[in-house]
Amino acid sequence: MKRRRFDLAAVPGKAAREVDDRLQVNTPLRSLLNKVFPDHWSFLLGEIALFSFIVLLLTGVYLTLFFEPSLREVTYDGSFAPLRNTHMSAAYESSLNISFDIRGGLVMRQMHHWAALLFMASIIVHMMRIFFTGAFRKPRELNWMIGYLLFWVGFLAGFTGYSLPDDGLSGTGLRIASAIMLSIPVVGTWVTTAIFAGEFPGHIIISRFFIAHVLLIPGLLVALITVHLGLVFKQKHTQWPGPGRTNSNVVGERMFPRYALKQGGFFMIVFGVIALLGGLVQINPIWLFGPYEAGVVSAASQPDWYVMFLDGSTRLMPPWEINIPIGSGYVIPPLFWPTVVLPGILTMVPLFYPFIEARLNRDRELHNLLQRPRDVPGRTALGAMAVSFWLVLTLSGANDVIADKFFISLNAMTWAGRIGLIVVPPLAYYFTYRICLGLQQHDREVLAHGVETGIIRRLPDGRFVEVHQPLGQTDEHGHGELEYVGWVVPKKMNRLGALGPAIKGFFYPIEKPVEAPVSPGHPPVEPRAEREEIGSGGSR
Amino acid sequence: MSTRTDGHAHGATGDAIDVNDPQVSRFDIVREGARRDDIEIVHYEAQFPVPGTKAERRLTRTLTGIFLLVGLFATAFVVAYIWWPWEYKPGSGAGKLYTPVLGLTLGLALLGIGFGILAWGKKLLPKEVSIQDRHIEPASDEERKITGNTLLYMADELGVRRRPLLGISLLAGLAPVGAVAAAPLIGGLIEQPHKNNQYFTTGWHPKDGKLIHLTHHDGTPVRPEDVSPGGQITVFPGIEGGATNEHADSPVLLIHLREGDASEARAANQREGKPESMWNNYIAFSKICTHAGCPASLYEQQTNRLLCPCHQSQFLITDNARPIFGPASRRLPQLPLDIEEGFFVAKSDFTETVGPDFWERP
Repeated sequence: MKRRRFDLAAVPGKAAREVDDRLQVNTPLRSLLNKVFPDHWSFLLGEIALFSFIVLLLTGVYLTLFFEPSLREVTYDGSFAPLRNTHMSAAYESSLNISFDIRGGLVMRQMHHWAALLFMASIIVHMMRIFFTGAFRKPRELNWMIGYLLFWVGFLAGFTGYSLPDDGLSGTGLRIASAIMLSIPVVGTWVTTAIFAGEFPGHIIISRFFIAHVLLIPGLLVALITVHLGLVFKQKHTQWPGPGRTNSNVVGERMFPRYALKQGGFFMIVFGVIALLGGLVQINPIWLFGPYEAGVVSAASQPDWYVMFLDGSTRLMPPWEINIPIGSGYVIPPLFWPTVVLPGILTMVPLFYPFIEARLNRDRELHNLLQRPRDVPGRTALGAMAVSFWLVLTLSGANDVIADKFFISLNAMTWAGRIGLIVVPPLAYYFTYRICLGLQQHDREVLAHGVETGIIRRLPDGRFVEVHQPLGQTDEHGHGELEYVGWVVPKKMNRLGALGPAIKGFFYPIEKPVEAPVSPGHPPVEPRAEREEIGSGGSR
Repeated sequence: MSTRTDGHAHGATGDAIDVNDPQVSRFDIVREGARRDDIEIVHYEAQFPVPGTKAERRLTRTLTGIFLLVGLFATAFVVAYIWWPWEYKPGSGAGKLYTPVLGLTLGLALLGIGFGILAWGKKLLPKEVSIQDRHIEPASDEERKITGNTLLYMADELGVRRRPLLGISLLAGLAPVGAVAAAPLIGGLIEQPHKNNQYFTTGWHPKDGKLIHLTHHDGTPVRPEDVSPGGQITVFPGIEGGATNEHADSPVLLIHLREGDASEARAANQREGKPESMWNNYIAFSKICTHAGCPASLYEQQTNRLLCPCHQSQFLITDNARPIFGPASRRLPQLPLDIEEGFFVAKSDFTETVGPDFWERP
């Protein structure tokens, strides 16, 4: 009897056929593998946020295995001797145990915190990239709004997580949060009493924040991130203008294998950096702060950096109290304006910015090409204004530390912040606008006159002129006829290939330098008509 | 997603190829697939057209090294995790390095994977430039009309317009169901905030007609000798759990003013119509800032200012703790002091509301 030969090589093909018979994924899979992504370093900022979110999920799940979200009072009896026999909440005790009595617990806790800071930082930088390049314009307004909400949901995630260990610092933050809720007119006490189940601090707030921090908010984040990425995928990524790039195509690399490999590598790098930070750079040493006690605080109590702008606005607010003399009298405390009204405005206005800008410009077109910030001075200046406003507030959030370290009067710092908040943003607007115009002009100048070569020539009549290298055909006056196309204009001779690229290799060249230098960022793509293919291997 | 197979794929050069032709290379098939997805690979360049050059071998060696190092660091992580002394002991020792060693080995292993993969992708894989069509043209008006009518027809089929009573009764039925969903949430959370008058009373409220002692953190009562002139301590109501967060609005700063400052403070008290609130040169104010509820605890002896470290509100102790700088708009409530058998007591609860302001505060 002859045994049927088992052909191992045919197994994958056969299996694939069987799968496709059932699921019919062949064509969608291929177009997924082939999907083209444009490449630029600035497109990777959002990825950092995504990757740190993944690290947050991984480390966070680990922490929940050991954390006890409870305000039950216990007496500490762990390894950290200085706090032994101290009364504290079970939440704080279990946070100490994670730090001292669980193997590798501290590195996980610190990685979680660093990843959270990185998450918020990359969201902000990513958002600035989107704003300054006009990537939020039609058709991507919805994704701008989702991304903007992601910042605020991340903010909530950060704040609830920061409150969980119930140490001296986070308890103070929680108390301020309760004061902020109290300051809301009419319903303030109702809101606070509902959330804290009584007067601050109550007995249940940590359990409530815990479930918000580990289930409700992450659930919302996952949902929003999924839609955010889904929309990027569906609408296809924006790209910079450049040779061969139009509003209706995507120039870049297919997703597999090269692009996906690079993404995978980048994820590992982000993960690795967070691990290094978590192990080597101490963050939030809760055992130094002690358990939260309502009567104890120290100087330099700062929140995490992304909350500092609200702390700053609270510090700068003048003591303007509004009294309403009806009945026994009602009050709107000064705390209400910088912590409820300001964030309210900051949430709503930028959310609708894409529509506001389109309305002002009467712009109904679809935009898939990015704009260089210099080409839209109004928007860039507005962005600079917002950034400087935020910066003044954030610095003011640390004004006591600045006053202490630089020997400045604390009150002077507060006044500097108050005045700065009004004066600096308009100045930032003006200067940014002028700088944008200057850069635009210089681009046009180089297109018209060519690149400065650095060669000085003496004319027969004794004058000295610098020789310019035109970038293209010139008319009879030696003026270039090139149009500005919204992309980098070469401004140095070695960008034109006058000098070869730097030779690679530390002690000696690794390879003969290539002849035709390619400026980084845009590979040579010929215009459509005379396009020629360069095959792999043999066809060359 | 396009599945066009008609060979007119956008920008295709030449004719569609026969993928079953044994002459056709795998790359040709890949390119054909891309073409069917409206992608044109316009530039595809091997990084090392000549195999086995010195540079290629060098790169391969480097990558091999990186990946082996990854294994080394990952092993080091596991070894350190198990055998490195990890328990916390006071003083210095190898145990102090447990977390840094874990972070370093894990970080280097992950960075190794990252840079290894990245170098593989960037340096070894062929460079390419592909162009994909975006298909930004919106659906035609006709298509939109068809979809719109399909949607509208659903409403027709339901016949709500023909049978309005049905729609109205459905709405009338569903609205309470929504309320059912909201009721447990809202009803469970909402509490009457002013039960027990909790926002207006503190632990200092006399209990069973007895005045409350001022106590230290450990519960021992405070005597005047405990605070030297110019000094200050934090005191708590002498009731059960008085120093815990159960009474988060009760911590009080007891200050022993010097003679000159004390008479100034007493005069200020007189002006406010609350004489006899101090006891000798001792004065007591709520420690809970009227701005955001932090403990206003940094006392500057020379100027008699009390600073809140959270938002830098400053209160002048000798003037009824009036706010003189920063965002706070209301003075710190004063605790009227008295002495009973040599120990401090509070004459009454605060006469003003303690802590951050709210709407109903009279």
